[in-house]
Amino acid sequence: MTQTAAPDHAFVREAFVEALPPPKSEVGVTAWMRSNLFSGPVNSVLTVAGFALLAYVIWQLFSFLILRAVWTGENREACLGPDVGACWPFIQAKWGQLVYGFYPIDERWRPNLVFALGALLVAPLMIRTAPYKLLNSILFFVVYPVVAFILLQGESPFGSVLALLAWASSLLGVTAETALWAALAICVLGAAVAWFVSNWSVRVAAAAASVLFGLVAGLALIHIGVAGLNLPLVSTRIWGGILVTLVVAVVGIVASLPLGILLALGRRSHLPIIRFASVAFIEFWRGVPLITVLFFATYMLPLFLPRGTEFNGLLRALVGVSLFAAAYMAEVVRGGLQAIPRGQYEGAMAVGLGYWQMTFLVVLPQALKLVIPGIVNTFIGLFKDTTLVLIVSILDLLGQLRAAFADPNWATPVTEFTGYAFAGFFYFFFCYGMSRYSRYVERRLNTGHKR
Amino acid sequence: MSVQDRLSRGDAAHDGSHVSWVNNPKVRGLIFQVLTVATIAIMAYVFAQNAQTNLQNQGIATGFDFLDQPAGFDVNQSLIPFSQNASYGRVLLVGILNTLLVAVVGIILATAIGFTVGVARLSPNWMLRTIGTFYVEVTRNLPPLFQIFFWYVILIKASPSARDSFSLFDAVFFSNRGLYIPKVIIGEGAIFIEIAIVAAIAAAIAVRVWARRRQNATGQQFPVFLTALALIIGIPLVVAVALGFPITLELPEFSGFNFRGGTRVIPEFVALTWALSLYTAGFIAEIVRAGIMAVSHGQTEAAGSLGLRAGPTLRLVVIPQAMRVIIPPLTSQYLNLTKNSSLAVAVGYPEVTAIFAGTTLNQTGQAIEVILITMGVYLFISIVTSIFMNWYNRRVALVER
Repeated sequence: MTQTAAPDHAFVREAFVEALPPPKSEVGVTAWMRSNLFSGPVNSVLTVAGFALLAYVIWQLFSFLILRAVWTGENREACLGPDVGACWPFIQAKWGQLVYGFYPIDERWRPNLVFALGALLVAPLMIRTAPYKLLNSILFFVVYPVVAFILLQGESPFGSVLALLAWASSLLGVTAETALWAALAICVLGAAVAWFVSNWSVRVAAAAASVLFGLVAGLALIHIGVAGLNLPLVSTRIWGGILVTLVVAVVGIVASLPLGILLALGRRSHLPIIRFASVAFIEFWRGVPLITVLFFATYMLPLFLPRGTEFNGLLRALVGVSLFAAAYMAEVVRGGLQAIPRGQYEGAMAVGLGYWQMTFLVVLPQALKLVIPGIVNTFIGLFKDTTLVLIVSILDLLGQLRAAFADPNWATPVTEFTGYAFAGFFYFFFCYGMSRYSRYVERRLNTGHKR
Repeated sequence: MSVQDRLSRGDAAHDGSHVSWVNNPKVRGLIFQVLTVATIAIMAYVFAQNAQTNLQNQGIATGFDFLDQPAGFDVNQSLIPFSQNASYGRVLLVGILNTLLVAVVGIILATAIGFTVGVARLSPNWMLRTIGTFYVEVTRNLPPLFQIFFWYVILIKASPSARDSFSLFDAVFFSNRGLYIPKVIIGEGAIFIEIAIVAAIAAAIAVRVWARRRQNATGQQFPVFLTALALIIGIPLVVAVALGFPITLELPEFSGFNFRGGTRVIPEFVALTWALSLYTAGFIAEIVRAGIMAVSHGQTEAAGSLGLRAGPTLRLVVIPQAMRVIIPPLTSQYLNLTKNSSLAVAVGYPEVTAIFAGTTLNQTGQAIEVILITMGVYLFISIVTSIFMNWYNRRVALVER
């Protein structure tokens, strides 16, 4: 003992007493249930009623979709019973129609390839750590739509460019081939001049000529190349099902984003006429329902175009959907532009950037990043709105489904419910997936604002 | 003046003449605007020219004369008298009224469901929260058109037949023929009851004003709600009894193969309104949840320290502050519901898009006039609703010193 004085007390505790475990009613499952489910008589009743409701709905769904469901069969006979659930053979039998519409069976590898390419380009775009984001975006937003169109339709959309070239060559009195070579030569020459000459005006003119002629020659070459592939033409009239749903959605997304950005910039412009035109455009499209827009595109647009313009139904609907979505997108982007502090503009000007440089190098990258959740929400709305094209007789998934209901071979009391269950899962999968992704991005981007 | 303003207003060229006019923002702005105007003007001109030629070639009449011509088709629901001889103008009116009916009923239903679900999602009860989350995720992530079709099929295919219809107190019947509700038949002298109702409402308002004033002056409270309830139910009841009940209800009754009497609500209306209400309620629930969460917790605690119980805290402290956050997005949801009522065209409910932009356009072929009128109707509804909601928003907005 090192103590100098004898202790006054008979006993001194030398070690801490271990804390007692909390009472059983305060921890664990019981406590959680007590505070979250049965905290009072009213809550207890609500919990029991809610549980009964949830259990009933889930049981009914499970029973209809799985337990009582019919899994195999050749026709309606299989699904005619007193207590039959979902009729899955119906979906199996109509699968091709639901996915591709009336796209020729031999050519279905083309939509499949388009689906695969799309998935391949979207996946790395959504993964944060994947490299080459800019290249990836250009591929998805510019190259992919063209490639997809060529694959699906079987011809390139640049026939008019080739026609223009042929027309120009006939004016000059040379063959189209010569004109094409000449355009290519001007492109290369222009690039060389722009590269080596030091005079600014000459450089700009040469570069512009190079790009213009290069574009013409390139597009014409693509057209010739595609024509050489000899893909059978598949008219958009017989596209259908999930293919059309995705085409409308992707075109709407790809077209509405740049258009929406332009409109948003126009709305915040200092130039009164441009601002007024943007505001009028945005408010008009936002004030009317999409169906009237589709009616407009279907019945009114053809009247405005010269007689005999080939302008098929799907393209009309795509124009309507894109304009409509662009107006909504513009408002989302405007929200992002307004959130950029004034100092960013002033800083950009202080380092000598012009309007477009300032916009594309400083403002937009920050603004778009801020509103990614809003953009994704607009995409979700657009995806849901693709169903409306069935009203102007374009058979998307829902339209094909309703066409399939009319088949007497599969007319049973449960056919329609089965079909809607299938379509419901499809739409829910895409929309819920996108909304989850948007929430994930929101959380990730939010970290900068936490203090 | 900031750098941005100065540059954009074109003062950049102030310091020397060596700046080329190409780089003068003022000139550039002018060029851009002239180009915009020119493009729009040329497009408008070309469109007008094309439209004129196309209309002439297809032999389509122009102008608004068709509104006076007889329509020659019937509609299955009309709030005003309508016959086959009625004009296209009347078709338009019927359509607008039917659109407004869906919008009003839908907005009331969606608000009720949405607020309930929104509050449920904030409940301390885990079960309620879960059900609320399920509801919101399912309704928001399925296309509204899909939901309308789904409920329509439920109504047509899965509802009981008229014979075994589902009834409530033998007064309301629900079957695959639609919803039958009692019809109010107004007899003589009913005007006095209407006067009594108006008087009762006025009295209730007066009581509320008086009670509020007295509470401000003396701090004494008065049971306003109960008094108002008693007044509004009591006075008309007394008048009605004194007059010998001039208002009767005609109950629907099943006889033979169909219902007789009562008012029939067509299944298309039920499916459309119900589906749109559920869909919009999912969005409203999220708006309400966000609005309530935006009220800082200190407010609730302060109310608690002042001695307010949970009910008055919610009613007097939380909700008035949450409303400021809720109103603007709520307005756009109301407008969305109104615009989505045009989806009726898919199930055949006769609202303005279906019978005017659909049937009338097919019969007359005057696409330009019909579509412009239809769009105009929706634009008008949108503008009126936003003006009203902006006025209400200003009223409830935070008055800052």
